[in-house]
Amino acid sequence: MNNIKILLNGILKENPIFVLLLGMCPTLGTTSSAINGMGMGLATTFVLMCTNMVISALKNLIPNAVRIPAYVVIIATFVTPLQMFIEAFLPSLYQSLGLFIPLIVVNCIVLGRAEAFAGKHGVIPSGFDGLGAGLGFTLALTLLGATRELLGTGKIFNLVCMPEEYGSLIFVLAPGAFIALGFLIALINKVRKV
Amino acid sequence: MEKLSSTLPNMFLSLMITCAVSGIILAGANMYTAGPIALSKAAALEKAISDVTPDFDNNPLDEAYHGVTSDGDSLRIYPALKDGQLVGVAVDSYTKNGFSGEIKIIVGFDAEGTLINYAVLQHAETPGLGSKMDEWFRTDKNQQSVIGRSLAGGNLAVSKDGGNVDAITASTITSRAFLDAINRAYSAYKGTSTDSTTGASTKKGDSYE
Repeated sequence: MNNIKILLNGILKENPIFVLLLGMCPTLGTTSSAINGMGMGLATTFVLMCTNMVISALKNLIPNAVRIPAYVVIIATFVTPLQMFIEAFLPSLYQSLGLFIPLIVVNCIVLGRAEAFAGKHGVIPSGFDGLGAGLGFTLALTLLGATRELLGTGKIFNLVCMPEEYGSLIFVLAPGAFIALGFLIALINKVRKV
Repeated sequence: MEKLSSTLPNMFLSLMITCAVSGIILAGANMYTAGPIALSKAAALEKAISDVTPDFDNNPLDEAYHGVTSDGDSLRIYPALKDGQLVGVAVDSYTKNGFSGEIKIIVGFDAEGTLINYAVLQHAETPGLGSKMDEWFRTDKNQQSVIGRSLAGGNLAVSKDGGNVDAITASTITSRAFLDAINRAYSAYKGTSTDSTTGASTKKGDSYE
């Protein structure tokens, strides 16, 4: 399998949200608007790529029986300094994203890719796998965020598409997230089968 | 290189080294970013203060003091002086009555107790509903805006509670909490500063005369 194939695999065939249904908690929690979804997705992509490469490089030094705790420590070691650096040097980005960054540690996609791919493959393919899964996650979150923002408040990326009065509040709240996600998965499945 | 087998010394060593390296990285990152984080927080606070008070030429952060609210709580007050005269204050206020968690705001009053402006510092209200408070209470529409209102005549309340402020649509709880934070800020400010009717000063008031 070449690297491009690995990359596309994460975005389409094994999309973490639409196909594998992993990481539902940040997905439903952070997609109240398209920009929030995209921010969370991009932050996760960065962490996924870095941790995948580091774990792949260290895989022979970590005995099998303790690999999960070791992976979790490695992931947390990427996320926490990332949060500190964003807070210190990009305070405006931290204002909008700060809440989500610690959530990445407990995102099972990161641990899932480490376990399923990085622990068995080389550094470069692992990097591409992380990038692919991350971009797939970002795509799904942006799509879900845009759907919820449009149906809930009549905007996409804060651009007004229809009067706010037509928006249905439920889509901004958690139940709307489940409903929108369900229909999006159905739609994607239909498209994939064709 | 062969994969290490899961013997006790191997597991012990590899976990210990992972944690030690991780600890060093975290400590380093913390040491490196602690200064800039404190600076950017102070800058954000300073900006919020200058947004909600009239022009001043002192350093409100240095002259901050604590004011006691009518319910016995203590809030931080930043006085804004111009040529030694008190032109307004910024009060760091909060309420625990929000729909989800604490709402922290900073409220600016002029010397007479008229609300100049406010800024929402931190909240966890429902996105699209309660989170609208950042804009809602300064939008000049019907009786939404609290800007320019004087609290000397009594506390602000939403129209549902007999007051004259329009609550955010579908977010009465957040609106009540928000006004509560403003009322508390005013009561902290009036509890300690110069008495405007007699000119007599209490507590810290002396320094402004």
